[in-house]
Amino acid sequence: MKPTKLAVAGLALALLGLPESPAFAKLKVVTTLQDLASLADLVGGDRVETLALVKGYQDPHFVDAKPSFILKLSRADALIVAGLELEIGYLPPLLDQSRNAKIHPGSPGYLDASTGCEILNRPTQQVTRAFGDVHPYGNPHYWTDPENGRIIARSIAAKLAERDPSGREAYAANLAAFEGRLTEKEREWAGKMAPYAGTKIVTFHDSWPNFARRYGLIIAGHVEPKPGIPPSPTHTLEIINLIMTEKIRLILVEPYFDLKTPKFIAEKTGATVLSFYPSVGGLPEIKDYFALFDYDIDAFVSAMKGKP
Amino acid sequence: MKSRTSSTAMAIIFGFGLHPAVCADEKAAQPSAPSAPQAQGSPPAAPSQPPVKVSAPPTAEEVEALRREIEELRRQIQTLRDQLRAGLASGQGMALGAAPGETASAIPSPPPAPGLPAAPPAAASQTSNYFNPSISVIGNYLGVGGSNGTENLPSSSLRESEVSFQAIVDPYARADFFLSFGEEGVDVEEGFISFTSLPAGLLAKVGRMRTAFGKINPLHLHVLPWPDEPLPLVNLLGGEEGWIGTGLSVAVLVPLPGEVFSEATLQVLRGDSGELFAATQRGDLAYNGHYRVFRDLSEATNLEVGLSYGLGPNGLTSRSATRLEGLDATLRWKPLRTATYRSASFRGELIRSRREDPLGDQSAEGWFLSGEYQLAKRWFTGARIESSEHADDATQRDRGKALLLTFWPSEFSQVRGELRRREYADGETADELLLQIQFAIGAHGAHPF
Repeated sequence: MKPTKLAVAGLALALLGLPESPAFAKLKVVTTLQDLASLADLVGGDRVETLALVKGYQDPHFVDAKPSFILKLSRADALIVAGLELEIGYLPPLLDQSRNAKIHPGSPGYLDASTGCEILNRPTQQVTRAFGDVHPYGNPHYWTDPENGRIIARSIAAKLAERDPSGREAYAANLAAFEGRLTEKEREWAGKMAPYAGTKIVTFHDSWPNFARRYGLIIAGHVEPKPGIPPSPTHTLEIINLIMTEKIRLILVEPYFDLKTPKFIAEKTGATVLSFYPSVGGLPEIKDYFALFDYDIDAFVSAMKGKP
Repeated sequence: MKSRTSSTAMAIIFGFGLHPAVCADEKAAQPSAPSAPQAQGSPPAAPSQPPVKVSAPPTAEEVEALRREIEELRRQIQTLRDQLRAGLASGQGMALGAAPGETASAIPSPPPAPGLPAAPPAAASQTSNYFNPSISVIGNYLGVGGSNGTENLPSSSLRESEVSFQAIVDPYARADFFLSFGEEGVDVEEGFISFTSLPAGLLAKVGRMRTAFGKINPLHLHVLPWPDEPLPLVNLLGGEEGWIGTGLSVAVLVPLPGEVFSEATLQVLRGDSGELFAATQRGDLAYNGHYRVFRDLSEATNLEVGLSYGLGPNGLTSRSATRLEGLDATLRWKPLRTATYRSASFRGELIRSRREDPLGDQSAEGWFLSGEYQLAKRWFTGARIESSEHADDATQRDRGKALLLTFWPSEFSQVRGELRRREYADGETADELLLQIQFAIGAHGAHPF
């Protein structure tokens, strides 16, 4: 008797829990990157509940396809991905197992945020893996240009309005507010970066072409000999020579790379190693998309000023 | 038709390549949009004009001809630019973006059309290939030193060449084929359709597949953390190949409180499978049930535990069956910030086989425990201990231990050495060195987890 009673009680509880009032149900938006989640938050406001699979301090190229992500995807109303094959190592099997056809590529709940963005380094010739871990669709770190952030926000607003038509006006208003603030912020960031236009820098991985182009920085070289290939002694020597001859002062390193080689290079050349954050959540204080640029640009400027 | 299109494309590409002046001219004509040419896919086709001779002093007519030619080129470039602009404006929203310096312009333009795919980088001649499946080939070379009279692996072999074809079938399903080429002969290791859009949270597969028994059996040889299969799989799950079945598989997520993932899988398969099962009649089927629970213990640590139960006819008599029970556990540690440099995983599996035999039922068990530790971005070390009785004679037990070192030059190649000692039930002790080299070409597959 007892187990039966328990089962009935359990069933009743389950049924009570199930019918969520649709008027208060938030749109569940899963994103791969925290940057996309931040933009979805800014545009979606309190009508959406966002969840990012990848942490901002994690290398977005190498993410484990954990089954717990399947659970999150199975409940999503919309999925926003960076695209350009950045997620190819983990997302396809997760999506296949999500049992959630509405977020599959090509379905209404799926948004590839790269659509419409300015994508750099699209190979114009045949690429092979002799080039390292190249992305045949172009550099996938495109959100590091705030103008691309604007385009992503617009795509997200359109997608949210499509998924939740009753919120159309709210999304439009949020988007307008976001764009207004972004325009203001862009002016401020451009002002801070203006004195450094033409500055040559070295970065660890090729994560920064969009940022560099926006602010007129010149990426002279990478610590990685080829994308995804760890530093080699000969290439490290080349970079040391490059930094000496070009009088480069900064080496930007993403938070998920080993600082050993950059520090070695810095020691030999007098350049400064600067931890530079490509994503929201890279540090606790980088709470949203605006804070990402605020932090990075301030860090860049003070690093440049630190060495007159 | 097809070859003609591609030869035209070739001609265009060559034409473009032979006229650096045209490229330079075009670049010079676009100083205001530094991003446009690179960002927007294939370059516009340039006309094939005969090269201009400059060896002799030019006459007035030649100068005039040159001028006309330049004018003509200029017009063509203008047309191409206009076309490019028009194409961008209609297809890509405001993809041209603002150049540095005009950051704050913020032209309100409509968001890009939803669902519009990014322009493929492929040339026009490849559009007919657009729906071709992703293809990859993984080579698995094995060299073996030392002596072993019981399990005589060849000194040098291309143990497996796995060819995979994977694609979306239609809005409801995807298909995966894995053909395993030995040095002689081919096997369909797996070939199945997965219905990914079923109601009620179901995920169904139909075809030939590695059975979801335990954690190692479903994995392909090339993704195992060792060059060889552990003893319990070899002795109890039907040999080196493991348990591969043909039939239907249905998996459902079982909701549990908290953020705990749990999945139940039921598989109904043909009653024949390698050395494991043999059906005397068509109606004798094999079944497999698997239940797994996964939980993130912290951001860096997670645990997966699985239970398996298999059942099938063993062909010794028309009614005799073999029952399989399995328990597997995997504990992983990988701090996210340094995920590409440092990680560890521990796994173990316990398998019991109960085989009905007219000459005396056999209840055999086997297990392995294994650990892997990442020393650096490309270096992994590992160890394994294993022990297993024989499915057909539970009095016979093999034991083994192994040490491993793996180097990954890149994500697509791997060199692995295994120092292994196996003590066989027949009394032989074999010390061997296995050297495995694996290499993958083609589409970038997802990393197994």
